[in-house]
Amino acid sequence: MKNNILVIGGGPAGLEASAVLSRMGYNVILAEKEKRLGGHLAKWDRLFPDQTPAKEVLDGLLDGIKDVKCFTETDVNSINLLDRSFNAMLSNGITILADAVLLASGFDMFKAEKKEEYGYGIYDGVMTNADMEQVFREGKTFSPAPKAIGFVHCVGSRDEKAGNPACSKVCCATAVKQAIETKELYPEANVYCFYMDLRMFGRHYEDLYLRAQKAGIRFIRGRVSEVAETSEGRLLVKAEDTLSSRPVKVTLDRLVLMAGMRPSEAGHKVGRQLNLSVEEDGFFSSRDGFLSLQKSKLPGLFYAGACTGPKTLPDTFHEARSAAMEIDRYIKENFRK
Amino acid sequence: MIYEGKKKIWAEYQKEIPEDHYFYVRSCIRQSFFPASEATFLDITRNKLGKDIFETEHHTTCGGIAYHSDTIPQETVMTIIARQFALMHKYGYENYVCSCITSFGLYCETMETWREYPELQQKIAENLWKSCHLEFAKPKFLVHASDLIFKYRMQIAAKSKYKLVNKNTGEPLRVVEHIGCHYSKMFPSKGVGGAEYPYVLVGMVEAWGGQIVDYPERRHCCGFGFRQYFIKGNRGYSLSNTHKKFESMEPFKPDMIITNCPGCPYFLDRWQYVIAETQGKTYGQDGHGIPVFTYEEVAGLVMGYDPWDLGLQTHQVSVEPLLDKIGIPYDPAKKYLGKNGKYLGEPQKPQCLK
Amino acid sequence: MIDFGFSFSPSSRINLDKADKEKFLSLAALEPDVLKCMACGSCSASCTAGAFEDTSVRKAILSLQNGLSDDAVKLLNHCMLCGKCTMVCPRGINTRHLILSIQKIYGK
Repeated sequence: MKNNILVIGGGPAGLEASAVLSRMGYNVILAEKEKRLGGHLAKWDRLFPDQTPAKEVLDGLLDGIKDVKCFTETDVNSINLLDRSFNAMLSNGITILADAVLLASGFDMFKAEKKEEYGYGIYDGVMTNADMEQVFREGKTFSPAPKAIGFVHCVGSRDEKAGNPACSKVCCATAVKQAIETKELYPEANVYCFYMDLRMFGRHYEDLYLRAQKAGIRFIRGRVSEVAETSEGRLLVKAEDTLSSRPVKVTLDRLVLMAGMRPSEAGHKVGRQLNLSVEEDGFFSSRDGFLSLQKSKLPGLFYAGACTGPKTLPDTFHEARSAAMEIDRYIKENFRK
Repeated sequence: MIYEGKKKIWAEYQKEIPEDHYFYVRSCIRQSFFPASEATFLDITRNKLGKDIFETEHHTTCGGIAYHSDTIPQETVMTIIARQFALMHKYGYENYVCSCITSFGLYCETMETWREYPELQQKIAENLWKSCHLEFAKPKFLVHASDLIFKYRMQIAAKSKYKLVNKNTGEPLRVVEHIGCHYSKMFPSKGVGGAEYPYVLVGMVEAWGGQIVDYPERRHCCGFGFRQYFIKGNRGYSLSNTHKKFESMEPFKPDMIITNCPGCPYFLDRWQYVIAETQGKTYGQDGHGIPVFTYEEVAGLVMGYDPWDLGLQTHQVSVEPLLDKIGIPYDPAKKYLGKNGKYLGEPQKPQCLK
Repeated sequence: MIDFGFSFSPSSRINLDKADKEKFLSLAALEPDVLKCMACGSCSASCTAGAFEDTSVRKAILSLQNGLSDDAVKLLNHCMLCGKCTMVCPRGINTRHLILSIQKIYGK
């Protein structure tokens, strides 16, 4: 008999874990609330640090889930723990009895309009990292060619007032990547990155930073304080260049806000039904921070990916595979004696 | 500019403003800076709109000027404020409306402090009893007078005689709004529309037919800042702030400025004279300045008050070009006559500013 | 004109719109290393002149980026070209050549 495993969330974590579990011989059912699989990855154009096309990675993931039963545009309406299995009712009317559940609900992007001073949704030239990826993906160009473009790191991250004191981990590398791509498209444009600390921690990230510097991208250590529109409809941006301890202003055609990661609302909905605990940052808490990262406090319920905090894609894939291993061990110990 | 985006923010910062029955307190300085503004507020609300706005001669300063100039401690200023609130209670009111932004900010700050430190509130209540034998009370609703005019903006529009429209072109007048810093920067939720995109004056201007100009230094302080102008050596700093704002709004060619603070209109008006006489630079048309108004003055203008009854002759920047644009009649011969018809004397004409 | 006994305070704000991009690009063509600085401050920390006079390669590069070339030149006036900063720079910037190049392009 094949055990049923329910995977909630069809982003990179859910897809990779589903692929591994299905290779192990489990009967994997995946529920994804959106129309298409892939989560934020499906909306991205290229990935840091080496500009691998996001589609390539997504295609690889989709290749692995041929034997997985996928339900898209499907919410988990209710879920509860019976004796030792989970009973889940999906919004498509299907009820699933699963011996283990993997919660891979990922993250929501911080709503950039909450940082009112940046004028997202008010000033035409202000956009987010996700908007920028869409522009790249659809091969659109800005017309007329922009003379100056800025990138703001830490939008809704490291910001207590915005409700998120933590670092979102991926924004620095994303900003630098997008800045390079912008400079490649518009070599004449002045490109600025406004950062508080540059957190280029991963392998090859520092190379990306150096590449950006060599391309002539200007890094300004200081957070943008406010944005306004000039009489020509361009953006006047104010910040401090904290390295010279002086305020700066610059006129830009576009300002790209690196919206950070917030816990997924859909994930919280599932979490509330199972009484899963979240930490102060709103992300789910693992059973411990070292040896049981993929385990929740509930037996049979596991985590993978950004539902336990901001993560890069490689981190997410490691977690997805670890979670699959943990689930396999759990099933073997509890259901096959 | 995406107007819908601003509307979303405005929808988030809605503040409850009761329709009627207010205890009114004046500003220390507005009656000398803009002599008819407060009288116009009372005349419009009481006589034109039929509201119950109560005022007593027993109220004092809120203590804000002294507090912000570091000459009295916080407990003292809180006791002064407690006395004001106690008077409101004594006369049977629970809605408090103040004319001054500094006061409004200080009242918000004080109420917030009492909420967070109840033991301090208790101490202030004791101070109040010891010093004045008055019963401690807090307003149920605290609003600024501009909140109230905002609330009544459609009623005023319905009774209006003129619109903020250029009668020659039919185009709406281009209006710069300037919000006093202490209106909502400290407590965004206490201001209509919040702190980044305050709606309180925008709403009035839109209701009365004008068009708002959003310029880069819109959020910048006028430069008032108490200590900055008290001491002559610091006045250049105050002047520089105003100058920065005018340089930023100049390309938008505004017809007028509307403000809701005691200090801001004064400085935006008078410093235009100083900039003109020291730099030879003027910001309005043909050597004129950009006229600056309080919201009561603008309400009075659209309702058809005589400009000289609104005290517009006491402005530094001449208002006549704007009156002509709107089509508001005025008698130049009566400009410098007092309420009793007596000649008040005429100021010397500036060299540069027309 | 009237003297009121007070006047404008000078603004400390840097206007990046006014930074001279052409000159900076010609400097980068002459010494591409100018683009590599990550503002760690090792150069200034070890600078022989910097202990006594306002001298700093890091600050000079920053000044150029901000379009303040007079400041940059001034910040290098006391340099003795000892080469200590070249030794400590983690990005391997040829600081001596950079300093000479800055003088060549921006010096009077």
